[in-house]
Amino acid sequence: MSAVQPSLGRVVFVAACFAALALWPFVSGSFGVDLVTKIMIYALFALSLELLVGSTGLVCFGQADFFGIGAYGALLLGPSTGPANLLWLLPACILAAAAYALVVGALSLRTKGVYFIMVTLAFAQMAYYVVHDTPLGGGTDGIYLSAKPGLGAIDLNQPLQLYFFIWFWLLAVFGALALLLRSRFGRALAGIRVNEQRMRATGFSTYPYKLAAFTVSGGIAGLAGFLFAVKDGFVNPELMSWHLSGAVLIMIILGGLGHLRGALIGAFAFALLQEFFKSEAVFGSFAKHWSLGLGITIILSVALLPRGLVGVPGQWRDRLVGRRKTAEEAA
Amino acid sequence: MSVLLRGTGITRRWGGLVAVDRVSIDLTRGAVHAVIGTNGAGKSTLINILSGEIPPSAGSVELLGQDITRWTQPRRARAGLGRSYQRNTIYATFTVFENCRLAAQASTQKPWHWWQDAQACEASTGMAQQVASKAGLSDLLDRPAGLLSHGQKRQLEIAMCLATSPQVLLLDEPLAGMGAEETDRMLALLSDLRAGHAILLVEHDMDAVFRIADRITVMVNGAVIASDTPDAVRASPEVQAAYLGGTELGGH
Repeated sequence: MSAVQPSLGRVVFVAACFAALALWPFVSGSFGVDLVTKIMIYALFALSLELLVGSTGLVCFGQADFFGIGAYGALLLGPSTGPANLLWLLPACILAAAAYALVVGALSLRTKGVYFIMVTLAFAQMAYYVVHDTPLGGGTDGIYLSAKPGLGAIDLNQPLQLYFFIWFWLLAVFGALALLLRSRFGRALAGIRVNEQRMRATGFSTYPYKLAAFTVSGGIAGLAGFLFAVKDGFVNPELMSWHLSGAVLIMIILGGLGHLRGALIGAFAFALLQEFFKSEAVFGSFAKHWSLGLGITIILSVALLPRGLVGVPGQWRDRLVGRRKTAEEAA
Repeated sequence: MSVLLRGTGITRRWGGLVAVDRVSIDLTRGAVHAVIGTNGAGKSTLINILSGEIPPSAGSVELLGQDITRWTQPRRARAGLGRSYQRNTIYATFTVFENCRLAAQASTQKPWHWWQDAQACEASTGMAQQVASKAGLSDLLDRPAGLLSHGQKRQLEIAMCLATSPQVLLLDEPLAGMGAEETDRMLALLSDLRAGHAILLVEHDMDAVFRIADRITVMVNGAVIASDTPDAVRASPEVQAAYLGGTELGGH
């Protein structure tokens, strides 16, 4: 994160990832398309949290909140019968999530550190119990979407169209965040992450900056939630549970904090590990204890890869250089 | 000489402890005003109150004739009040240049230009170059700030402070931990800055203080016991008794 300008290698890597994602449906079956569709939504969700945790240094433990609001919005804001128009439903869901993030952020950003983590968790639990215990969103059973929203030629019932619709949003959000983090706004967020006290002494009112980042992050999480609801055609309170807030936090830590591509890599690594440990073909009846295997793998990777998956090449380089140095010293 | 920053009757209580006790201080352009005193005399608390990091229990602060007692720290900084910290508070993972540039960005924040590269803002990149060279760091622009030597980090603190174009500088022990050569360089820099700024200098190095200060305020247990020219302070029996137990201040 020390370099301000993106290096050529990183740009090529990210471009190759998006190109591979664009080609994937042409080589995989419907299961593969469905899986990667889901993972791209997680990646979008992880990007929203990366803006807070990795870029601004705000550890939010209630990100599922905004995801859930985007998802429930897709069902509750639309007409009860017939498809909704994407053109207004999508922005409405993003705005609903961002508006809630604005309120949660305005209150929780008055606290710091572990208190901030707890307050964001508390707000998320509040929203969770609203959908869990009231008939508003169908209670614990959740609700089904009567018809997927569309717009002109865009028909999200087609798995391929849905796939590329989500691919487009992932690319757009990634690109926008990459620009944003290089801008004055993004550099100020980085300064807040490294040394907020100094930023204030320099003349930056840090609270509005953090609140803006929190709100944008909530909006992006809402977008991811909306896409998730459209994909599955179904929402339930689990979308707002702290498990999901924790899972997305693990994704970005696994991928490597402080890098947008870490969120992408982390989302893929997490979801693929999950699929792997859930697979009965590999683990037989033990597959029902998949969370055990996943948990152990994550603990190991955090212990062995302190910089996340993004940091692996650098870690190897350091080790090679170190080995060469020891060899030179021995000689 | 015009008074740029004025503190009147500043008091700060922490429970029963009075850390700063009715301190009044004037900083004028073109003068270095040193504040000395033993550890715990309330010097850093005074700086924290003047810069807006903590509110005073009583008293008021004026900047350029305006009452700023209730202003937040960022607002004071934008109005021309710069400070450095006793312990290095640089952005260790950023380059020297980026440390300076980010500080300079405070005057042209424009956060809504979110698509525009921060490096494209010439006002802040130009200012960063300028203050880095003023502080003698031109050759180290690309080095991560955390890898600088201690003395260079203190120079960077000053550079970042200058990047916001302040009128008043509150410097908390800029010479702490510096060698003789580094101290000379820093004092030369402070002498340069004197012309355009009002400087408050909190410092333990008495030789340095008596070399550079135009006025010295002595604090004991939160209260001012003397505030005068260096010669008068050196001669004051009160100061000698309270502060150095009879040893001659700044003696050569």
